[in-house]
Amino acid sequence: MIPAPFDYHRPDTVEAAVKLIADLGDSARVIAGGHSLIPLMKMRMTDIAHLVDLQKIGALKGIAIDGGTVTIGAMTTQHELIGSAALGSAAPIIREAALQIADPQVRYVGTIGGNVANGDPGNDMPGVMQCLDATYHLRGPDGERTVKARDFYEAAYFTARADDEILTAVSFEVPVGGQAYVKQKRKTGDYATAAAAVIIAKSGGNCSAASIAMTNLSDTPVWCEAAGDALVGSSLGAADIDNAVDAMQAVINPQDDNKGPAAFKRHAAAVILRRAIERATSRA
Amino acid sequence: MSKMHIKLTVNGKPVELLAEPRELLIHVLREELSITGPHIGCETTHCGACTIDMDGRSIKSCTVFAAQANGANVTTIEGLGTPDGLHVLQTMFKEHHGLQCGFCTPGMITRAYRLLQENPDPTEEEVRFGMSGNLCRCTGYQNIVKAILAAAAELNAVKEAAQ
Ligand SMILES: Cc1cc2nc3c(=O)[nH]c(=O)nc-3n(C[C@H](O)[C@H](O)[C@H](O)COP(=O)(O)OP(=O)(O)OC[C@H]3O[C@@H](n4cnc5c(N)ncnc54)[C@H](O)[C@@H]3O)c2cc1C
Ligand code: FES
Ligand code: FES
Repeated sequence: MIPAPFDYHRPDTVEAAVKLIADLGDSARVIAGGHSLIPLMKMRMTDIAHLVDLQKIGALKGIAIDGGTVTIGAMTTQHELIGSAALGSAAPIIREAALQIADPQVRYVGTIGGNVANGDPGNDMPGVMQCLDATYHLRGPDGERTVKARDFYEAAYFTARADDEILTAVSFEVPVGGQAYVKQKRKTGDYATAAAAVIIAKSGGNCSAASIAMTNLSDTPVWCEAAGDALVGSSLGAADIDNAVDAMQAVINPQDDNKGPAAFKRHAAAVILRRAIERATSRA
Repeated sequence: MSKMHIKLTVNGKPVELLAEPRELLIHVLREELSITGPHIGCETTHCGACTIDMDGRSIKSCTVFAAQANGANVTTIEGLGTPDGLHVLQTMFKEHHGLQCGFCTPGMITRAYRLLQENPDPTEEEVRFGMSGNLCRCTGYQNIVKAILAAAAELNAVKEAAQ
């Protein structure tokens, strides 16, 4: 399993990396942890003449919590997300999701930037980012711009990021309420059959805000606005949760594959969403 | 494409070699450096037989390019113990029958080494979770878990005695 030949570059600043990609053109690709990209390259499913490795760019690393805003550098690994006590208290859903990604070896190298930029609907962080209403920071030859996680995903492996842009960070406001990421997978280390990211805020016994996103049940992650709306103002009773599950079913579009037929995935999605709502509520 | 000049520290020794950037670290270790402890089980990032320790992290060396590893500090099973001076983990795998065919063992022990560095006194559940990137087709895992817990206890006893 040897990939096609390529030239390797290891710039040490974001500016240098952006310039390299602009100069090298289409055939250049960024590599972060490589744990989505290298498997594809081994199967020769990509056409890459230049790899631009971001590992040496210190500015892309680290977690900052400033006032109410959390900013995570793109090259922060899943292992580092799990190990950050500050992040664990500001947004425990990230730690809960990261612990369900792959296995320890993959988490030592897989990055949050790679996970959200990749565009594979199986990745877990995009749904979490949509649930948190996160912002992605992109840097290209024309400078910086931001895109909301909820607007970023167009189809499998197609995102709002232009080929000459690097994702430098994700940021979001510290969420209010209980959070949960619940994932159904066939075995340890597998991508989700169905997963749900849920945040629920309560006030006076009723739900005051809710955000719901689903993983691997369409060709993109799906933020289910109507499912959250179905809970807001309710007492989070069984009928309210049924309404949220119905609203979620209306916007997902699972396909038959080796994880099971679409009908089974819909069943799993309902079970997982109920569990995630219950868990988030118990933590709210 | 031309070869790259690559420098590594492997099991404490500096090594330099020429490799194509696309060469995988596992191939460099096994074929260029004759370090055959790390095995190739799946070559698809699933089995963990190729696990090495790189800059203080457990890494599947079938999923790292030689070019990415340039400058790294690598430890393989060869660097953990010798036939005359087994690492405690190796002794405990032997005593608790933590291996049958032995194919997964170098990866298992190298991963367990890092696990115990990070968590010297793990619970059984933490061992199972921490070892979930390594597959074994023989033992059923029970004795691997026992061996790692026994090694942790032994290492902690030695540490306590020294204090
Ligand atoms: C066995 C196995 C199981 C896995 N299971 C899961 C799982 O359950 N859930 C899950 O979410 N993931 C899973 N993964 C994927 C893993 O989490 C990847 O590490 C992650 O998806 C990509 O992160 P990376 O840093 O390795 O990115 P890379 O593989 O380096 O890059 C992925 C893609 O994103 C692009 N990219 C990377 N960083 C940037 C950036 N900063 N700016 C612009 N583009 C960028 C690359 O060009 C590439 O196209 C699994 C992987 C393996 C090998
Ligand atoms: S050979 Fe590397 S994970 Fe199996
Ligand atoms: S001992 Fe044979 S695969 Fe583990």
